[in-house]
Amino acid sequence: MADNQSPERFGQTPWQTVGPFFHYALPWKGGADLVGTSDLGARPDLIPSGHDLLHVAGPRGPVAGDIIEITGRVTDGAGEAVPDALVEIWQADSAGRYPSEADPSLAPAFPGFGRAATDEDGTFRFRTIRPGRVPGPGNSLQASHIAVGVLGRGLIKRLVTRLYFEDGEGLEDDPILGLVPAARRATLVARRAGDALWRFDIRLRGEHETVFFDI
Amino acid sequence: MAEPDAYAREDAGQPPSLHPPYKSTSLRSPSRPLVRIPQTLTETTGPRDAAGLMGPAMADLTAHHAGVPQGQRIIVAGRVLDERGRPAANTLVEIWQANAAGRYIHAKDQWDAPIDPNFTGMGRVITDAEGRYQFVTVRPGAYPWGNHDNAWRPSHIHLSLLGPAFATRLVTQMYFPDDPLIPLDPIACAVPQPFRDRLVARFDLDTTRPSWALGYLFDLVLRGPGATPMEA
Ligand SMILES: [Fe+3]
Repeated sequence: MADNQSPERFGQTPWQTVGPFFHYALPWKGGADLVGTSDLGARPDLIPSGHDLLHVAGPRGPVAGDIIEITGRVTDGAGEAVPDALVEIWQADSAGRYPSEADPSLAPAFPGFGRAATDEDGTFRFRTIRPGRVPGPGNSLQASHIAVGVLGRGLIKRLVTRLYFEDGEGLEDDPILGLVPAARRATLVARRAGDALWRFDIRLRGEHETVFFDI
Repeated sequence: MAEPDAYAREDAGQPPSLHPPYKSTSLRSPSRPLVRIPQTLTETTGPRDAAGLMGPAMADLTAHHAGVPQGQRIIVAGRVLDERGRPAANTLVEIWQANAAGRYIHAKDQWDAPIDPNFTGMGRVITDAEGRYQFVTVRPGAYPWGNHDNAWRPSHIHLSLLGPAFATRLVTQMYFPDDPLIPLDPIACAVPQPFRDRLVARFDLDTTRPSWALGYLFDLVLRGPGATPMEA
């Protein structure tokens, strides 16, 4: 009988949903705070006492750049909140550099990666810095953006999207945004909701459905 | 002309987002086709130093509390590889699961099976230079869910991997061999055959430790290198 170890079955492991019960395992305390030491990101209210073994993010060094907060709601095709989604982000630092093996010095101060569970209202929140621009295909330069992955109950596999900033330099010529039908680009653009507060809603399906990418 | 992708795209064994037998996908999957984009530095890089982010390894799920958890102790071991069979070293593997009775410690799991005070059911390890990982845990029980009449999830362990890049992220579930619930499960069956077999672990006597724990092998295969560009 064929199984995981059968040579004729070798290939990409298929995706499966995270289901509804990931909160005591995946979103760690501070996982959504890339610049500070708050507990942002986790849902301790869903974990019985004595079973909260999630890591607490330690103190980080000072990070250059403008600290911003990003908030939004994940909603479904009926416009209802998705209270069991997990949002992950991946971004460059303020100078447009990704933490990499080539330059491990970046990693301790700025992780570039964040994870936030949505609350009962479908809301997620990140504290981070506004990323710098990074190179795109050819000799292009991409507008400042954050890669976003959405997981959750009812999502068999991750949905991938991007967050751009409405006042971002180079939005008009961004090589990736340019591949998106003009009428749908707005779903990828975060709106300023305060001094350093940005609003980015994720609509999984239906009216104003967020653009998701095949990467 | 677009540059070649650093990582292969999804293969034919990846499930669709919309799979109506798994009911909650109908309101939570996109209705529009995905927009295909080339992989840029954003997609081909990924988080480093997972231990720094998420804390030290927790490879023994039976050792989190004062007492020993109920159930059949098992070892789950394997390798994380790319599609060419090369090891993915230093990658984070996170797991979570129900206890031996099929109950999650999660506050919203209302199934009337006993909670085990000595079992939380979460762990994480980082693969070694050969891509190897290993967990000690208990075999999770099957549990009912509300998807349809008399619906039961097969015994399974959830696994989450970061891999080397944003593009190689993987979350999956491992099933146990000879579980009659697998072909009845809409989540497992979202993966077409023969690819569903990739989700089924193999019992392994060499991994089994005498008078201590049954052993299962489960390799995880991440997206490999992208197609080689044609000569211009
Ligand atoms: Fe489960």
